[in-house]
Amino acid sequence: MDDLIVKTVTKLIIPFIQLYGIFVILHGHLSPGGGFAGGAIIGASFILLTLAFGIEYTKSILSAKVTERVEIGGVIWYIFIGLIGIAISGVFLGNRVAGFPMGTFGSVISGGMISLITIGIGLKVASTMISLFHHIIEED
Amino acid sequence: MRYLNLILILFLIACAIAVERTKDLVSAIVIFASYSLVMAILWLILRAPDIAMTEAAIGAGVTTVLFIGVISRTRRMEK
Amino acid sequence: MKNYLILITLTLLLIVLVSSLNEMPVMGDIASPAYNEVAEYYINNTQEDTNITNIISAIITDYRAFDTLGETTVLFTSITAVVSVLGFSIKDKKE
Repeated sequence: MDDLIVKTVTKLIIPFIQLYGIFVILHGHLSPGGGFAGGAIIGASFILLTLAFGIEYTKSILSAKVTERVEIGGVIWYIFIGLIGIAISGVFLGNRVAGFPMGTFGSVISGGMISLITIGIGLKVASTMISLFHHIIEED
Repeated sequence: MRYLNLILILFLIACAIAVERTKDLVSAIVIFASYSLVMAILWLILRAPDIAMTEAAIGAGVTTVLFIGVISRTRRMEK
Repeated sequence: MKNYLILITLTLLLIVLVSSLNEMPVMGDIASPAYNEVAEYYINNTQEDTNITNIISAIITDYRAFDTLGETTVLFTSITAVVSVLGFSIKDKKE
């Protein structure tokens, strides 16, 4: 699709969409949202980039190898946090008993492992959206 | 508020019937996207903003694009 | 004949659903059966247990974190299936 209007608007709007997605993920434990919604927003921004500039351009920024690595890394990161809980306190995915720092109530750094898990889920959902769309739209 | 709920739910039922009756699959996908959008507003009225955000991002955004990507690889009209 | 059967079945289903609609609790009703001691526990103890403000986030990533791990695994399995079916192309075979 070679449309000047679509390309210009996409260039302008994509940083704001991604910033909003990162905000939703990082504030998942304070406001509505969380890993799934934020990851879907970030994935949708890359889908918009693919629709405007073509699949080759998006793959030069974010190759299939990177999305696969991030996707596997998201699941491994989740299980790794659970194993930290087993190693310290004997409870899988334990939060306060495993000694994660709790922080001050209501600030961004609070809640121990919850924000770490939310970041992992967000990265995983975003890379799932991107690689699913690329595999469906890719031509042989 | 009561009448807004009624209108939205009637629109939802009409969308669900129209998706099933339409022969053109691209029109069916556009109607399905509007179904998801109305569903997101209804989640917001039911005081579930988490689900509303996820529905608006996944149901109305990503699912539509994925369906259109699949249709571009197959045929447009239902047999 | 077949159409009449479908119509009768759907009419019966409509009658059952509409008559059960009157028995449903109003939204936000304290006396509804879904509002039991589990919800009360989450509302009272979330701040003490997890130190965060969003109770829903506390449920899905702390109290029910194992379920969310299963959900993540479902996503992983689905993308693995898609990649193994669609990821094969002629270009990869030549290399």
